[in-house]
Amino acid sequence: MKDLLYLNGYGFYVWGSYFVTFALLAIELAVLHQRTKKQSEANETAP
Amino acid sequence: MGDRGGAQDLDRMTTNTQSMRWFWFASPATFYPLARTIAWITGVLAVAFTLAGLYVGFVVAPTDATQGEAYRIIYIHVPAAWMSMFLYVIMAFWSAVGLAMNTRLSAMVARSLAPTGALFTFIALWTGSLWGKPTWGAWWVWDARLTSELILLFLYFGYMALQASIDDRRRADRAGALLAIVGVVNVPIIYYSVQWWNTLHQGASVSLTRAPSMAKTMLLGMLLMALGFWMYSIAVTMIRVRCEIRENE
Repeated sequence: MKDLLYLNGYGFYVWGSYFVTFALLAIELAVLHQRTKKQSEANETAP
Repeated sequence: MGDRGGAQDLDRMTTNTQSMRWFWFASPATFYPLARTIAWITGVLAVAFTLAGLYVGFVVAPTDATQGEAYRIIYIHVPAAWMSMFLYVIMAFWSAVGLAMNTRLSAMVARSLAPTGALFTFIALWTGSLWGKPTWGAWWVWDARLTSELILLFLYFGYMALQASIDDRRRADRAGALLAIVGVVNVPIIYYSVQWWNTLHQGASVSLTRAPSMAKTMLLGMLLMALGFWMYSIAVTMIRVRCEIRENE
């Protein structure tokens, strides 16, 4: 596990790439989820 | 004569029916439920391909002989860079269709592609920077490949800002479409930059015209990740198109 995190000294660069990528994709999905939720709430309250 | 006329009528009717079928999904209302199905299927495929790609990339593929473990950034960097260019071309294509045929859905698809395209461009630049530091000794250089990719990011931002700054939807779509079409010239510049100029960035490892210059397992991991990102892009675009339809129709 320690080896996998360390990756022969390249851990910061490799995991820095993967973490930011998946975090950004997750943020994009969360923003879209919020947008969808807001729209369905607005639809429910509409007369 | 009458028979020939009848056959021609039938031909015309068949052609009309085919074109009607073609345009059937051009209506946002008809496309709305289909987009949900596409989003679900591609979403599941995105997770499956990405997990398979990560497994091959980290467990199956060997350590690189010259770059050591740092090369594993390739599984994100190259697919993200491919998607950044590919999504721009698709965005320009739907913009052109929207401009030529005045179809509302085409403009909505083009608009929905932009944020994901910008995101993948940023990811390509970010991971490139994290790869450049340990291999080149610099986070950033004003190299042709890097600079043209940065211009792509600004094109995406410009497209989104232009769309947001015009209140009238149709005018915003038309202005955005023009920017997207003119900006597409940057994509071949990015792609061929490593051949046209002396750059620090390495040339293409994968090409349609020759055998790839990397181990088969490395290539497989990269292609699986690319498929994962591609499916993700379709899924997210479909969800965004549904939001656009709800807001505008």
